[in-house]
Amino acid sequence: MASYPVRIVRFYRDGFKSMTLGKTLWKIIFVKLFIMFAVVKFFFFPDFLSTRFSTDEQRADYVMEQITAPAQKSN
Amino acid sequence: MGEIDLALVNWSRAQFALTAMYHWLFVPLTLGLSFLCAFFETIYVKTGNEEWKHLTKFWMTLFGINFAIGVATGIILEFEFGTNWSNYSWMVGDIFGAPLAVEGIVAFFLEATFFAVMFFGWDRVSKGFHLFSTWMVAVGSNLSALWILVANGWMQYPTGMAFNPDTVRFEMQNFWEVLFSPVAIAKFTHTTSTSFLVAVMFVFAVSSYYLIKRRHVEMAKRSILVASVFGLISFVYAGLTGDESAYNNARIQPMKLAAYEGLYEGKRGADLVAFGVMNPDKTVGDGQDPFLVEVAIPKGLSLLGKRQFDAFIPGVNDLVYGNAEENIVGYDQKIERGKQAIADLSAYKDAQKAGDAGAAEIALAQFKENQEFLGFGYLQKPEDGIPPVQTSYYSFHIMVYLAVFFGLLCLAYLVYGIKDTIEEKRWLLPFGVISFFLAMIASQAGWVVAEVGRQPWAIQNMLPVGVATSNLAAGNVMTTFWMFAILFTLLLLAEIKIMLNQIKKGPEGA
Repeated sequence: MASYPVRIVRFYRDGFKSMTLGKTLWKIIFVKLFIMFAVVKFFFFPDFLSTRFSTDEQRADYVMEQITAPAQKSN
Repeated sequence: MGEIDLALVNWSRAQFALTAMYHWLFVPLTLGLSFLCAFFETIYVKTGNEEWKHLTKFWMTLFGINFAIGVATGIILEFEFGTNWSNYSWMVGDIFGAPLAVEGIVAFFLEATFFAVMFFGWDRVSKGFHLFSTWMVAVGSNLSALWILVANGWMQYPTGMAFNPDTVRFEMQNFWEVLFSPVAIAKFTHTTSTSFLVAVMFVFAVSSYYLIKRRHVEMAKRSILVASVFGLISFVYAGLTGDESAYNNARIQPMKLAAYEGLYEGKRGADLVAFGVMNPDKTVGDGQDPFLVEVAIPKGLSLLGKRQFDAFIPGVNDLVYGNAEENIVGYDQKIERGKQAIADLSAYKDAQKAGDAGAAEIALAQFKENQEFLGFGYLQKPEDGIPPVQTSYYSFHIMVYLAVFFGLLCLAYLVYGIKDTIEEKRWLLPFGVISFFLAMIASQAGWVVAEVGRQPWAIQNMLPVGVATSNLAAGNVMTTFWMFAILFTLLLLAEIKIMLNQIKKGPEGA
């Protein structure tokens, strides 16, 4: 009898092989994840504070400045 | 931060609303259908009847389609936090970190592990283990929702935390207080129970379609019977948790309650508007009647909000302009104290930079005196603290009317299901078919009440949305708004197409 890790690998392998509709769904999932992480996140959604400042202290100072300079309008 | 770019704030809001609402098209079905699959499979395991196995596999396939298309759509919201809402993200990072990390772990281990068994494991693991896996997927999916709803609950009722002016962060002081806050509990229970109803309506819609077409009749009738029992229980539960939410609103977010009830002038023994058409020209403090037509339940709102017939429920006017008789402080005074809090915070930071420990200590002590009004300091005038009343009012009432319809439909389907005459009720079945679309509207309307009703706050009373945003160009946010609109619409179309194909194939295609 095969060991547990081997049985688990076979379980998943055979499961994926036997899929019909599931193959289409997995394709959609992968395309979606690629678009989200490799395109949307990378090109359009950089982390605002991480990309502008190198330390947490700088980030905290920046946010403090943002929230203490009185706003003209709030919403 | 100088003058806030309103276009930026509104595009950021619109983008968040768009992505959240699209995400929410998929989530309630996952939460509810997972439990229905577990019920169906439990009956199969108990009875050994293969018909129930086919039925379970059919609904499981539809569940899988919805899950696959919807999975990770919520990640976009996290992207937006970091890019569009960086001030907010920074300030709440310590609070949100724990719940969202737990959500990730729970989702990964429970769903990823047992999801595979649920789909690949038929005939490869024991019946008992397969059933256990199906239940774990249901429990895991709903537990995942718990953590994000706890985070949302905290935004509505920031508790168990302290603001640290050195890190400029709200820092968690008591995890259990955050987890078991009354708002978080009501939010989780109401959201899940209403999501169960959405899934029940989905089962009704598909099954009713089959009955109209006289296809898969036995499967449809079995599905309806189980779903209607679950639906009725969920309906009662949703009513109780909705009542709890209103009770919390009265105590914690009275402006939201006043907005979704269209209540401008507060009173003792306030009436509950059962039906009403709002006056579109009504503005706060103008003395006009807020309703053109109104049918109200006497003292109903006092009972709903305070659980006493003669309790005072403040209206928009009372909250904005104050009501000395009822000891309600107006927004003008809160704004003053909020501006003082901002000034003291600024003085604290300056003193820290100058190395003046004494001045810093004094400024901090003064800040703490007014800290609870911090957010009001960003409002320019009291009226800025009013959410869109008509949007809140109509969303709330649409949600309630539809909920009553779902309750009646569950009852009718259960009665005719037990009598085994459901397929003869041709007049009733079209209501079942449209019920799912109505359920989606009700579910979305519920979130509109929850989120629009609490404007202008990103964090209740502490941080308005205008201060929570990043300093970006509005054009950038507008571009990504349309990009998401296209992406999510494509995903939705894919879901509809695949789902309809599968429904046409019926249980043989599962």
